[in-house]
This record gives sequence, C-alpha cells and structure tokens, in this order.
Amino acid sequence: MTDRTMAIADIPVEGRVADYVALLKPRVMSLVVFTGFAGMYLAPGALHPVLALTAILCIAAAAGGAGAINMWYDRDIDARMDRTRARPLPAGRLEPGAALGFGVTLAVAAVAVMALAINLVAAALLALTVLFYVFVYTVWLKRRTPQNIVIGGAAGALPPVVGWAAVSGDVSLASLVLFAIIFLWTPPHFWALALYRTGDYARVGVPMLPVVAGKAATIRQILGYSVILAPLALAPVLLGGAGLGYAIVAATAGILFIACAIDVRRDRGERAARRMFGFSILYLFAIFAALIGDKALSMANLGAW
Amino acid sequence: MAIGEHHKRRRGRNFALAGVLLGLVALFYAITIVKMGAL
Repeated sequence: MTDRTMAIADIPVEGRVADYVALLKPRVMSLVVFTGFAGMYLAPGALHPVLALTAILCIAAAAGGAGAINMWYDRDIDARMDRTRARPLPAGRLEPGAALGFGVTLAVAAVAVMALAINLVAAALLALTVLFYVFVYTVWLKRRTPQNIVIGGAAGALPPVVGWAAVSGDVSLASLVLFAIIFLWTPPHFWALALYRTGDYARVGVPMLPVVAGKAATIRQILGYSVILAPLALAPVLLGGAGLGYAIVAATAGILFIACAIDVRRDRGERAARRMFGFSILYLFAIFAALIGDKALSMANLGAW
Repeated sequence: MAIGEHHKRRRGRNFALAGVLLGLVALFYAITIVKMGAL
C-alpha cells in the first residue's frame, strides 16, 4: 500500500494512563509501600527525608514493575479467570509488549536509583525481590506446585527488609523477624482467597492448594499457619524492638486471626473465607501500624508505654 | 478505535510522562543537593 491507510486490525491498542496504573497492582503496591516504610522507620539510624522518599518511591516502582511483568506473563490465564478478566491485558486495553516494557523499565530504574541514591544492599535486596517474584514465583512455581505462594511469598515479605537496609545498610535479626511475619501470613492470606476462587484456579490449571488438596486440607493448613503466626508476631517484643502496647495489639489481632480461621472451618460456604481474606489485610496493616506507633510513642517518651 | 481516541490517549500519556519526568528532575536535583551536604 502506497497511501497511509491501515487496516483496523493493524492499529495497535493504545492504553490510557489509568490502564498503566492498573498494571501496577495498586492495592498490593500500597501494602508493599507500607511495610517497606515500616522497615525504614523501625531501623536504627536515619535517612534524610529526601532520601527516605526516594527509597519509598524505588520500592513502590519496583513492586509496581514486578506486578506489571506478572500481569504480562499471566495474561493468558487472567483472561479465563473471573477475578482477573477485567485487567488491562486480558481485556485488550493494552498491548502486551507495552505492559512488559513498562514493568521492566520501572523495575530496572527503581533498582538503579536505589543503588545510586541510597545504598547497594537495599538495591540488591530490591532486585532480589523483583527477580524472585517474576522468575521464582510467576514463571516457575505458580503453575507447578501448591506450595507456589508459600515459597513465592518470600518476595512479598522482603519490602520491610529492603526498607530497613535502606536506612541501616544491613540485614538484621529484627528485619528478618519482619520478613518472617509476612512470610507466615502469606499462605493463610492467599489460601483464604483461593478457597472462594477455587473454580477460577481450577479452570486454568493453577495448582492452588484447594484445587489440589481440597477445602478441608487447605483449612487445616490455614489454621496451622495462623497458630504459628500469632505468637511469632510477638517476637519484636522479645527483641526489645517493641513494648507492651504493641504486644497487646499483636496478641489481640493474632487471636482474631485464629478465630477467623476456625470460622472458615465451620462455614460451609465462602463467606468466612472472604472475611478471612479481608481480615488478613487488616491484620497485616494493624501489626505494622502498631510497630510504627509503638516506636513513635516510645521516641516521644510516653511514660509507661 | 478511531484515530481521535488514539490522540486523546497519547496526549494523556504524554502529560503523565511529562509530570513523571519533571518529578524525577526535581527529585534528582534534591538528592544531589542533599548528597552535597547542602540541605
């Protein structure tokens, strides 16, 4: 063709800003930023506010980039799952290549800026986070084993370690405790979701635990993890990093978490599972908010706290 | 999708990108000042 006409099918889809934002998995990104900030706040030492903001932006961008890459890779199964078919790629609002490029650019830039502006330890950990989430979880484990989100959960548990390293330049027992809390929280969180989305996962062949082992076994595992998570969340107190106020919040939240799990076992339908999923998000937020609040109050020297 | 729609979306993306780039310029400038010990 010598003129400038193109067939309608040749014109690539062009995304709107909102579509690119959706690629970032904003709700996941918020939790990542919050736990990353917690790691920064709880770490010994201090960062200039401008550098602290930079570190947060790097964590956010890396998380968003990893999310976009995941959406690119999983667009085939996302298209066939009720939960995800409205995402930009399965819905055809963005070209796959655009999403991949967007994600990779964000992740690479985030790690580079972290390395140049903050420190190499934080940058290396951030790179590890992205690589683990993309290659270990998304590409390798997700479609192959019911332990996919258990092992893959390490990626989601790293942000506080990254934030901590941004401030202190190292990894410490305390930051690993923060890692452990999220790591043990991840299976009950995702399996609660999988309990009410079993059909979705089964349809596309993702071996989530309820699909592979059934509801009863999944609930047993959720309960098991909950019973370990609840006391583990008190570890910061033992390390001297948190006080009585935090202990009370963590213990209460832990008991409620276990109660939710027991509820899921009693429930025939999916209501309790949905409630557990919702509460799990609240739980994580409460734990990390309490850690932050505890340090803030103790720094302000509030007496018996 | 009509060509006009492409232009609208491209403009939206261009503005967003311009904003991000301006933000990065400001951020890198601030980081530089901080690293120089002047802030």
